[in-house]
Amino acid sequence: MIEIKNITKSFDDRTVLHSINATFYTGKTNLIIGQSGSGKTVLMKSLVGLVTPEEGEILFDGRNLLTMADEEIINLRKEIGMLFQGSALFDSETVLGNVMFPLVMFTNKSKAEILERAMFCIERVNLLGAENKYPSEISGGMQKRVAIARAIALNPKYLFCDEPNSGLDPKTSILIDELLHDITHEYKITTVINTHDMNSVLGIGENIIFINKGHREWVGDMSMIYTTSNQPLNDFVFATRQFREVREYVAEHGLIQSSQK
Amino acid sequence: MILTDSLATFGRYCLFVRRVFALPDRFKIFLKRTVQEVSKLGLDSIPLVIIISLFIGAVIAIQMQLNISSPLIPAYSVGLATREIILLEFSNSILCLILAGKVGSNIASEIGTMRVTEQIDALEIMGVNSANFLVLPKIVAFVGFMPVLVVLCMGTSLLGGYLVAVVTDIITESRYLYGLQTMFIDWYVWYSLIKSLVFGFIIASVSSFFGYYVKGGALQVGKASTDAVVTSSVFILLFDVILTKLLLQ
Repeated sequence: MIEIKNITKSFDDRTVLHSINATFYTGKTNLIIGQSGSGKTVLMKSLVGLVTPEEGEILFDGRNLLTMADEEIINLRKEIGMLFQGSALFDSETVLGNVMFPLVMFTNKSKAEILERAMFCIERVNLLGAENKYPSEISGGMQKRVAIARAIALNPKYLFCDEPNSGLDPKTSILIDELLHDITHEYKITTVINTHDMNSVLGIGENIIFINKGHREWVGDMSMIYTTSNQPLNDFVFATRQFREVREYVAEHGLIQSSQK
Repeated sequence: MILTDSLATFGRYCLFVRRVFALPDRFKIFLKRTVQEVSKLGLDSIPLVIIISLFIGAVIAIQMQLNISSPLIPAYSVGLATREIILLEFSNSILCLILAGKVGSNIASEIGTMRVTEQIDALEIMGVNSANFLVLPKIVAFVGFMPVLVVLCMGTSLLGGYLVAVVTDIITESRYLYGLQTMFIDWYVWYSLIKSLVFGFIIASVSSFFGYYVKGGALQVGKASTDAVVTSSVFILLFDVILTKLLLQ
């Protein structure tokens, strides 16, 4: 579980995050949502230590990231997997090389064991047969899946995904969402996903934190989102006619069970 | 303002170099990457070094003959002057200025692209010291291979001058070869090698620094690449003066 308490971050005179509090649960897909420029990327970068907030606490199962020594941060990062928006695969390595990389760097396993684990991860993301291809030779969706395989290679306790569906077609987006959801439950990972894809929000949002203009505006899950009275959230999630129709359909057929928060 | 900015940049460069010179996480991987960098930065530079050295050596020999031909100056002076120019300046400073363009831009653009495509962030998130992982093999490989390039440059340049003697009739082969061997000071070879090691370090570290701190996209990577070449060149010229003063006086 990851808890953040009173996280505040400014750039020059502009405060981007205002005293944010949130909890990200183990074994659940935790979503950070919000409009572009709302501060969700800064929040994600703060969580993984790429940005240092001025105030607050970031607790990884009780361990505060912001007061850790460098050595402790390095050790914590070995428990973290991250899926970047652009996949961030190493161009000079093959698919297999990318997935093997963290295993080679941080384990003392034999070559055969490393290969076995890497192939298991590649198989888990349905990429068998592509292991000898370079990132430039595979599609965007496949690159995302390689990045997921690399992120889970070391059995991470925490998985961070920065806009995993950006640039993907709807069908591939759903595949990626399902994969992240399944992996989260299968390996009991604390998964934090930064997204503004409404299909993801309504499909895998087990714990949703809505950030609006640097403030935590709303917390709930995908069922609560249909009945919320929070106007900024409604404006954001149900901005398109299709999603408004989905909400009406769900309300008409009594498919909502949870109450608003 | 410019002074404070320059000092701040120099401070960042020093901190960057400190991060680079940490112990590698995995020595075996470090060695493997260093060998790859020797191939990419060193071996791949050999054709350029040979072509430039051969032609410049020939041009120096021709110009020496045209400019110092006098009844008062011995004919072998052409070979002697050609050798001194090549050993003292061309095989180190000029060669490194040329390599700053080729190798420096290569390093800056490679690391800069890794920065803007978040590959460096990915390394950091994994707990890898990205500066050490990416840059140390480049510095070790390039500085380590520099003497090979310098010696190759010396030999090829002198060969260029010799070919002028063979192909043209402006100087005889025997006088050129005699000039090459006359009043030879072996310290000049060491002087050239020492300078090239310093210049090699400047090229690899400064270019890596510019690439590592790129912010933005493809445009900024291009700009960082140009800045890396310009800054490396300026520092090579500056240290050329300092080292010449220190090593030859």
